[in-house]
Amino acid sequence: MYEIIAFYIFSALTIGMFAIVVMSKNALYAMSALAGGMIFISGFFFILGAEFLGVVQITVYSGAIMALYAFGMMFFDTTRDVEEHAKGKKIAYTLSILSAILLLVILCAPLFSQNIQASYPTMENVGNIQMIGLLLFTKYLVPFELAAIMLLVAMIAGIVLASKKMDFDPQYDDEPEVLREVK
Amino acid sequence: MITLIHYLVLTGILFSIGLVGVMRRTNLLMLFFSTEILLNAVNIGFVAVSHFYGDLSGQMFAFFIIAVAASEVAVGLGLLILWYKRNGSIDLNSLQMMKG
Repeated sequence: MYEIIAFYIFSALTIGMFAIVVMSKNALYAMSALAGGMIFISGFFFILGAEFLGVVQITVYSGAIMALYAFGMMFFDTTRDVEEHAKGKKIAYTLSILSAILLLVILCAPLFSQNIQASYPTMENVGNIQMIGLLLFTKYLVPFELAAIMLLVAMIAGIVLASKKMDFDPQYDDEPEVLREVK
Repeated sequence: MITLIHYLVLTGILFSIGLVGVMRRTNLLMLFFSTEILLNAVNIGFVAVSHFYGDLSGQMFAFFIIAVAASEVAVGLGLLILWYKRNGSIDLNSLQMMKG
């Protein structure tokens, strides 16, 4: 009973928050609604017994990623409403038909997969976090290390892209080439 | 009783909200937000399947998806800041410079 109430409350709140993200004209409102939606999604993870992922969702998504977005928004003019000139109605209609077919396939996919066997079944009297640790450092060790390298590369790329030219005026970027051509 | 179908329907609804955002928005920052919605919807689906089939592989996939999302945001925002400094706009239409 408790689980049913929690599921419906969380799903209504998540759908509402994400609808605000998609429809809002103000970038700041969209970002705040996205952060709220992320926290509500961690509620689903707690209901489903995935405590580790719930905590990771709160810390990584609503902590790190939202802080990054907030940091990035300092560079953009967020007080102004987002002006959008959506062109090409035909493309939008085609894409919506395609996405409706995709949604149908997604929702019908479990019907055709009745005999799924658990390849790594959860053990009794082993907690979720302990089990994830066991699996992550045995079966998924190589993907884990690759993810670590990927995060390192992304961090270096972010630093190089954003901070190198922080106090650099791009208007004068092309000037040396012009001077070189004159010579 | 909440079954797997409930969670999959919720995943589908959230995924289609994200798709609407990707199609409707032309601001690049809003496109990034919609991408986050898509990734989160898929995460819910993975964790629900993992719970109802008693298999932890779904949770591992969700974990790696979160790692991918974090690195995507780091690189994407760096590129976005560079583009904004160069052009003064993060609208998608400002990227159309190779129109033939």
